[in-house]
Amino acid sequence: MSLMNEKEQRIAAIALMLFGAAAMIPFADDGYYLSLCVNIVMYAVLCTAWTLFSGPTHYISLATAAFFGIGTYSVGLGIDTLPFPLLVAIAAVASGVLAGLVGVATLRLSGVYFVIFTLGLAELVRQVVTWLQVKFLGSVGLYVFTDMTEKHIFWMLLALAAVVYITGWLVNRSRLGFALRIIGNDETVARHVGIDVARAKVILFMISGAFIGITGAILAPRFAYVEPPSAFNPVISFQVVIMALLGGTGRLWAPLLGVIPFTILFDRISASFPNHTSLLIGVAFMAIVYFLPRGVMGLIDDFRARHAKSRHAAAGVPEAAE
Amino acid sequence: MDILVTGTVLGGTYALIALGLTLQYGVARIMNLANGENLVLACFCAFWLYTAASINPILGILIIAPAAFALNWAIYVFAMKPLVDRAKNRGQLEIDSILATFGLMFIMQGVMLLVFGGQYFSYNFLSEPVRILGENYGLNRIVSLGAATLIAIALYVFLYRTRFGTAVRAVSVSPQSASLVAIDVPRMSAFAFALGGGLTAAGGSLLSTYYTFNSSMGVIFTMKALIIVIMGGVGDVRGAVLAALLLGLAETAVASLIDPGLTLAATYTLFILVLLFRPQGIFGRQTA
Repeated sequence: MSLMNEKEQRIAAIALMLFGAAAMIPFADDGYYLSLCVNIVMYAVLCTAWTLFSGPTHYISLATAAFFGIGTYSVGLGIDTLPFPLLVAIAAVASGVLAGLVGVATLRLSGVYFVIFTLGLAELVRQVVTWLQVKFLGSVGLYVFTDMTEKHIFWMLLALAAVVYITGWLVNRSRLGFALRIIGNDETVARHVGIDVARAKVILFMISGAFIGITGAILAPRFAYVEPPSAFNPVISFQVVIMALLGGTGRLWAPLLGVIPFTILFDRISASFPNHTSLLIGVAFMAIVYFLPRGVMGLIDDFRARHAKSRHAAAGVPEAAE
Repeated sequence: MDILVTGTVLGGTYALIALGLTLQYGVARIMNLANGENLVLACFCAFWLYTAASINPILGILIIAPAAFALNWAIYVFAMKPLVDRAKNRGQLEIDSILATFGLMFIMQGVMLLVFGGQYFSYNFLSEPVRILGENYGLNRIVSLGAATLIAIALYVFLYRTRFGTAVRAVSVSPQSASLVAIDVPRMSAFAFALGGGLTAAGGSLLSTYYTFNSSMGVIFTMKALIIVIMGGVGDVRGAVLAALLLGLAETAVASLIDPGLTLAATYTLFILVLLFRPQGIFGRQTA
């Protein structure tokens, strides 16, 4: 068995080129567009990590803000004493552990329980963190001063994105990924063929949560001042769900199709009509459910299928006529 | 003692919201995450009726609840019914309805933010003190507890003592079998969804008499209501009431004994305990 077949090698080459091109962006612009690109890569990582778990299992996780905030806080609390890479590792472990605990408590039950639990998770962690800070540190805010600029954050996120894509690809090829696809299609069947359903789901949720935590940690220097309401902002959970579903969850790179347009749109709307953002989120949810249930990816697949059919028809008809 | 009374009052209001949600989820099979917004909308309506037309909020329920009933009927028929018809199985409907009601929640919240802004609202209604067992309580809280109790009893009598109510419960047990005994399942679902909305709105107008509210607090109430529904067992009226009282008491106890900022932590502790030990609800029966 070779490591990659020809098609995969081609995809890998294209991906490598795209990543190389993206890495050049900071040299072209250092202002607004770079900061927009940081947002895009950030949401790309978050959405892909989200899809890693929610795509095959169909569980809708709203815990993104909780993991993200934990990552940010790990850096905020330790930046004066520990080196940054170590803090990123701590962030990954902390959010992974939280994901594991949440998973063990809720993933054995049906999807609704999970949605509800994760819906409140960010708020819960925020309350606990605020309480601990007031009680033991005396103040709520934390300063994060580093030498890192937008550029460095962008490169780190880009590298993280590469790691997430490679992880996703490896998971898809592994027994775990195969097991998850079976679980997503029919959980009863999965249980009957001897898959430890709960364990598979918890492991993947932990991987996904750890990546989101790392993203939060990398973004911490950007905030400079970290406090609970901004670190555990619940809107981020919803944005991630919208973007991922808008793109489509069937394939690893599909969320990207939702991330790019929605990040730009959201940026525009929040710049010119700051009071209309929740309306925008609401309309986006409705639009996805009623018009794009399989995301942009679904549209592309439909188009391809129709195209292939008409090509077959075009090729087939003259032969039949002869 | 103070904790007991305040907690019970809070629990009484939670009970109405949770009963609304348990009807919507248990009978109509729609997990309505916009229920909290429904509640906040009712708060604003009660506020507006009281300040603009000086209509007593308790009597205002007679206007607000039917209006919410009509609104939720329309939501069910126009927004949820297509999803119900489209869904191939229960899981698909669950995901679709969660996403759609999230959309609804953000739209309602966005509209309320535009109309009322983000600031907190409250008004004075019956805020004279009454003495119960040596402690002072606001009359508005006691009155709203009384009203909530009456509404909950009326609902119980309706569901368990009338023919129509029995039909509603039959749909909640099994939609397929219900249609075999000539129950119009789609109509019953719409009715239950609308009734749930009406109950929540009634809870909202009661809440507004003693609580400061703003446009974006709905989601917290939705969450608490959901937790109550799960704790009580989906579709179970007694369970929901008991769980609501439990939650009200636990929250008040934590807020006054430890820290007011940790109410959600209290809620979640209860939630996790229920999930781990009785995932079928307090009174729920073990299912396969």
